[in-house]
Amino acid sequence: MEYPPPVRRIEPERAPNVVDPATRGPIPEPIRRAVSELGRERLRIDEVSIHYEGGARPAVNAVTLPVRQGEVLALIGPSGCGKTTLLRSLNRLVELTPGARREGRILLDGESVDELETTRLRRRVSMVFQQPNPFPMSIFDNVAYAIREQALRRPGKAALAPRVESALRRAGLWDEVADDLDRPALRLSGGQQQRLCIARALAVEPDVLLMDEPCSALDPISTQVIEDLIHELRDGLAIVIVTHNLAQARRVGDHVAFMYLGDLVEYGPAAEVFDRPRADRTREYVQGAFG
Amino acid sequence: MSTVDARSGPTRPPGRGRRERLLGELRLWRPLDLLGLAAAWFVGLLLCAIAAALVLYMGYRGVQYLSLDLLISRPEPSPDQSQSGGILDPILGTLLIIAIGTVIAVPIAVGAALWIVEYGRPRWLARVVESAIEVIAGAPSIAIAIFGLAFFQMDFMAWASFAADGGGGVFGRSFIAAGSVMSLIALPSIFAATREALQSVPGHVREASYALGKTRWATIRRVLLPTVRPDIATGTALGMGRIAGDTAIIVLLLGATLQLQSGSDVPGLGVLQGTGSTLTSYVYNNSPSGEGNAPEKAYAAAFVLMVLIVGLNLLVAWIGRRRAGSELPR
Repeated sequence: MEYPPPVRRIEPERAPNVVDPATRGPIPEPIRRAVSELGRERLRIDEVSIHYEGGARPAVNAVTLPVRQGEVLALIGPSGCGKTTLLRSLNRLVELTPGARREGRILLDGESVDELETTRLRRRVSMVFQQPNPFPMSIFDNVAYAIREQALRRPGKAALAPRVESALRRAGLWDEVADDLDRPALRLSGGQQQRLCIARALAVEPDVLLMDEPCSALDPISTQVIEDLIHELRDGLAIVIVTHNLAQARRVGDHVAFMYLGDLVEYGPAAEVFDRPRADRTREYVQGAFG
Repeated sequence: MSTVDARSGPTRPPGRGRRERLLGELRLWRPLDLLGLAAAWFVGLLLCAIAAALVLYMGYRGVQYLSLDLLISRPEPSPDQSQSGGILDPILGTLLIIAIGTVIAVPIAVGAALWIVEYGRPRWLARVVESAIEVIAGAPSIAIAIFGLAFFQMDFMAWASFAADGGGGVFGRSFIAAGSVMSLIALPSIFAATREALQSVPGHVREASYALGKTRWATIRRVLLPTVRPDIATGTALGMGRIAGDTAIIVLLLGATLQLQSGSDVPGLGVLQGTGSTLTSYVYNNSPSGEGNAPEKAYAAAFVLMVLIVGLNLLVAWIGRRRAGSELPR
C-alpha cells in the first residue's frame, strides 16, 4: 500500500488522517502496527505563531506541520529561525518563558494540547535537551524519577526496576551501566549522559519524543551512537528533532522542515528537500550559502 | 642555540636558573610595582603570622590548662580558681544554642532562598526580603540582642522564659530566647549559600524535570534540594560557627548564669525556658577583665571554642571537596 508522500510548501494541504481522532480508542496491537507503518498523524501543528515580548516579529510565524507515527521530522534552519521555539511549544515548555505568547492550535491525537494538563501532556510528549542534563542522583534514580507518579505512597525500587531496565535498554545504555545502577549519573561520559536522558524521556512511554539538538554537545562517536538509536526508536513513536547539522538531518530525518526567520519555507521528504529543494532559500541553505 | 641551552640545562643546580630568571625579570619592574609587590608579600606574611600566633598561643595556653576533668565537671561559683569547677555547662549551653538556632534558621533561610530564586514574584517583595536579610547580616549582634530582649520581655512571650513570682515582669532570658535570636545570626549565611547554589543550577536542568511532567514543587523537592544540599550544609556549618562565636546575644538573652538553670519544672522544656552560659560568655566572665577572674579556665574554654569553630570550618571544606566531581554541567 502506497501512502502519498506529503510534499508541501509554505501553504501545505492537509495530509489525510488515517485514523479519525474522534473514534480513537484502544487499538489492537497488529492494527496499531499496521497503522503506524502508514504514518498515522500524532501531532498536528496548525497555524502556530509564537511571539516573545519585545520581539519585533514573531519567533514562529503561522507554521503548519504534521508529525507522524514512526517517522523522524527534522527541523532545520539557521540560528534564530524559531525551530527550537516551535519544538518547545509542542510540550508547552515555551510557556515557562516569561512574555511568550502562542497562537494557533497544536493537536495531540486530535486533542488540543491546551486542554491537557501540562503534567499529562509532557509525559506523552517528552523531551531531550541540547545539553546532557541528568539529575545529580544515581543512574537508577534518574530514570525512576521520570516514572514515579506524584503519589503519597511511592513505589519501591523493586517495583520500578523492570521499567527502568527496559527504558535503559531502549536507550542502548543498559549493557554499559547494568553492573552499577547506583553510580552517580554525573560520572558518566557525555554521550552516556545523553543516552540516560533519552532513557529518562522514554521511561514515561511517550507518544512523541522531542529532541533539541541532542548531539551538539557530543563527540562524533557518541553522535553516531545516538543517531543509530534514533533510527531504532522511530518505529515506536513519532520523533521531532531540531538540528543545525544538515548532514545529521539528512541521515536521521524522514521528513525535513526548513524554517527561516520564523517562517516554514519548505517541508517534504528528506531526500527531496536536500536534492530537489523547491524554494531558493532552501537551496541556498542546504548548499551552505548561508547559515 | 636553544639545543645547546637545553643540553647544558641539567648540569646547573635545579631551580637556580628559574630563580635567576625571576630576579632578572624583577629588575625590569618599575620601582612602584616592586614596592607594591613587597607590600603584598608583607601583608600576606603578616596575616599568616597573626593566624599562626593566635592558634599557637591559644593551643599552648589551652592545652596547658585543659584536662578531662575540666571538660566533664560543672562550673561552681567560687572566687578561688581551684574551687570553681569545670566548663561542662558552657559546652552544653553552646551546643544547645547552636541546635536551637540552626533548627529555626535552616527552614526559614532555605525557604526564603527557594522562594526568591524559584518564584520571586511579586518582584518588589522579593527585593524587600533580600534587603531585609542583608540588613540582618549587617546589624551588630548587640543591636539584635537588645531588640530580642525587648521582644522576649513582653507579657505574651512569658512562656519562652519565666515570669517573676507575684505577677512581676517577664524575665525574657532563656535558651529559647537566645536560640531564636541566634537563628538571625545564622540565617544570612545559610540563605546566601542556598540562593547562590540555586542560581547556579542551569535552567535546562529544571526544564528537564518539567519536561517529564513534573510539577514545580516536585522539581524543587526531588531535583533542586538534593542538588544544593551540600551548599545548604556549607552555609549551615558557617552559620553554626557564627552562633558559637557570638557573645552579645548570650550575655543579654541567656542570662549568663554559670550553670544551666531550669525555668520551670516541665522536663525538657524547663531547660529551654531556663538560663545558662556558653563558652563565649564563660570566657568573657572569666577573662582577666571579667568578674570570675579565672583566666586559666578562660583560656581552656576559648581553646575548646576555637577547636569547635575550626572543626566546623574543616567540615565546610570537607563538604566542598566531597562534592567535587559530581558537579552539574553548567
